[in-house]
Amino acid sequence: MSYVLIIGAKSDIAKEVARIYAKNGYNLYLAARESASLEELKQDIALRSGVEVVLKEFDITAYETHESFYSSLEEKPLGAIVISGYMTEQKEAQKEWNKTLETINVNYTGAVSILNIIANDFEKERRGFIVGVSSVAGDRGRKANYIYGSAKAAFSAYLSGLRNRLYESGVQVLTVKPGFVHTKMTEHLDLPPKLTASPSEVAEDIFNAQQKGRNVLYTKPIWMVIMLIIKHIPEFLFKKMSI
Amino acid sequence: MNLFSWGMYPKIKSNVFSLRDTESLCAYAEKTEEFIPYGNGRSYGDSALADNIVYTKPYNNFLAFDAQEGILECQAGVLLSEILDTLVKRGWFLKVTPGTKLITIGGAIASDVHGKNHHTEGCFSECIEEMTLMLPDGEIKSCKKGDALFHATCGGMGLTGVILSAKISLKKINSKHINQTTIKTKNLKETFEAFEKYKDMPYSVAWIDCLAKDEEIGKCLLMVGDFANDGDLEYKSKKKLTIPFTFPSFALNNLSVKAFNWLYYAKAPNGISKQKVDIDTFFYPLDAIGDWNKIYGSGGFTQYQFILPKESSFDGLKEILGKISASGKGSFLAVLKLYGKANDNYLSFPMEGYSLALDFKIETGLFELLDALDEVVVRHGGRIYLTKDVRVSRETFEQGYPLIETFRTFRKENNMDKKLQSLQSKRVCI
Repeated sequence: MSYVLIIGAKSDIAKEVARIYAKNGYNLYLAARESASLEELKQDIALRSGVEVVLKEFDITAYETHESFYSSLEEKPLGAIVISGYMTEQKEAQKEWNKTLETINVNYTGAVSILNIIANDFEKERRGFIVGVSSVAGDRGRKANYIYGSAKAAFSAYLSGLRNRLYESGVQVLTVKPGFVHTKMTEHLDLPPKLTASPSEVAEDIFNAQQKGRNVLYTKPIWMVIMLIIKHIPEFLFKKMSI
Repeated sequence: MNLFSWGMYPKIKSNVFSLRDTESLCAYAEKTEEFIPYGNGRSYGDSALADNIVYTKPYNNFLAFDAQEGILECQAGVLLSEILDTLVKRGWFLKVTPGTKLITIGGAIASDVHGKNHHTEGCFSECIEEMTLMLPDGEIKSCKKGDALFHATCGGMGLTGVILSAKISLKKINSKHINQTTIKTKNLKETFEAFEKYKDMPYSVAWIDCLAKDEEIGKCLLMVGDFANDGDLEYKSKKKLTIPFTFPSFALNNLSVKAFNWLYYAKAPNGISKQKVDIDTFFYPLDAIGDWNKIYGSGGFTQYQFILPKESSFDGLKEILGKISASGKGSFLAVLKLYGKANDNYLSFPMEGYSLALDFKIETGLFELLDALDEVVVRHGGRIYLTKDVRVSRETFEQGYPLIETFRTFRKENNMDKKLQSLQSKRVCI
């Protein structure tokens, strides 16, 4: 069976996405920094699903390595899923340029760098799917996390354009916009249970949406309604609000 | 974050530490004054609630599988459902499973859970070949049957350390189907006779009609069964229905009255009927309804589960069913089961006798009723199941568990009693 490439394979969401694709028979390339720490997950997936799992060293901000990374994949993947994300405290990012830059580079520049390469290959082969995990935070900038949000907004716009370009080649592009998710990244936050998904729920939503050929996925689905409202608040009101 | 267990009562604020690796757990245990492990939140009461909890579900890798012997080694956060998803199609099933598959391995050990085959196979601890824990001082220790640490930990409600991984011995099956026989009885005497008659069947459980009065008290549907042998192992977990909002509680009783009556009058018209059902229907009927706990409303509910020694079961049950029926509280359906012999674990619930479990919505007057039932349970030499409990008194608890002092001493000697505490362990002074 074909390979799926997971970029940013160390996150909680990635772990569950890997498991669900493996459960459905896909072999996996798991790409991350210090990929050796994924040995346990590799063993876990092999035991659960019996598929091939290949660990790949990958740094999303080492752009110059991306070409050689992709050409090192012996069998080219049928699908690529970019889950890499970096969220820092908004207040810290405001003060420290390095943190702002890291946020932009991981969430946007790096994702664009690797996806440009993958998109060219998929377009040529006229097959494949690309899944980009963006965020509801990209739907409108808020003072609470607009640096992260703006990087995700750029990524969403990129994916939208890519979908438009690759439509003719039959390559699917899915933009995923999770709301709150219980992960390492959000552990310290007091999240409202009804609006918060578990990593395995998000993974299941991603898998189902991708298999159905969908374009944009909000997970949980309620976030589509929430963001629709937030996007439509007039700017003269919105600028006074704290949400 | 806001935290509660399956009964949604009580709801508290807790600091959550997610278990991902042993190094960070060790550092956490060192700097945290008091904590308790929390798995998938399926115990009913306050066994896993505390100001600080170690959330073990993210620690959920499969580590090894011996396909010859059927022994799976996995981390403590793995759910039973994940084991079934992977291994039923290869012909393996859990030797012991409770009525939900949505619990972690760590939780199954800490509660020393049991199922429909307790009378033939015993508790979950029977299938643990070996397990590893982190003690509160950060030491990682393995233990197996015969070790004091093993007998304290199985059924020990997370009060001996954080369970990290276990080797579980599985049962070979050749079908995903169970041949089930349903027996209809008219009263408690007939129910007891039926349990005795079918005690060689590996799996058995009865639904009791709690509204029945006078001569009809104890009227039930007894379901017994065993795995079929048809070679069909194409198991796929059923899609869940979900309950998106909390219900008024009469809805549940109406539903269960209908379900029971339908089965009682239609499905077993001649006293005995036979069905072929799948694993999920037979073992996990309630898992098919996502969050069925919401059905009791946002105030929450509790499950009252007790067991009585065999010799006093008949009189005790009759008295308790009479009191429940007269109170007008409680779910319409209760689950009754005949258990096999007790094991050597210090705080495991089962003993040879009959256990009854039923749900109560949390409301005024409930705890007074349950206190009155406790009195009957204690008088007949019985005990309360800590995994379901949220309110039992220290006195009632102690009278039911003769090895409690052994457990307390073990905790003290091993410096477990300061760091590992839950709301429940404080209430009953474990």
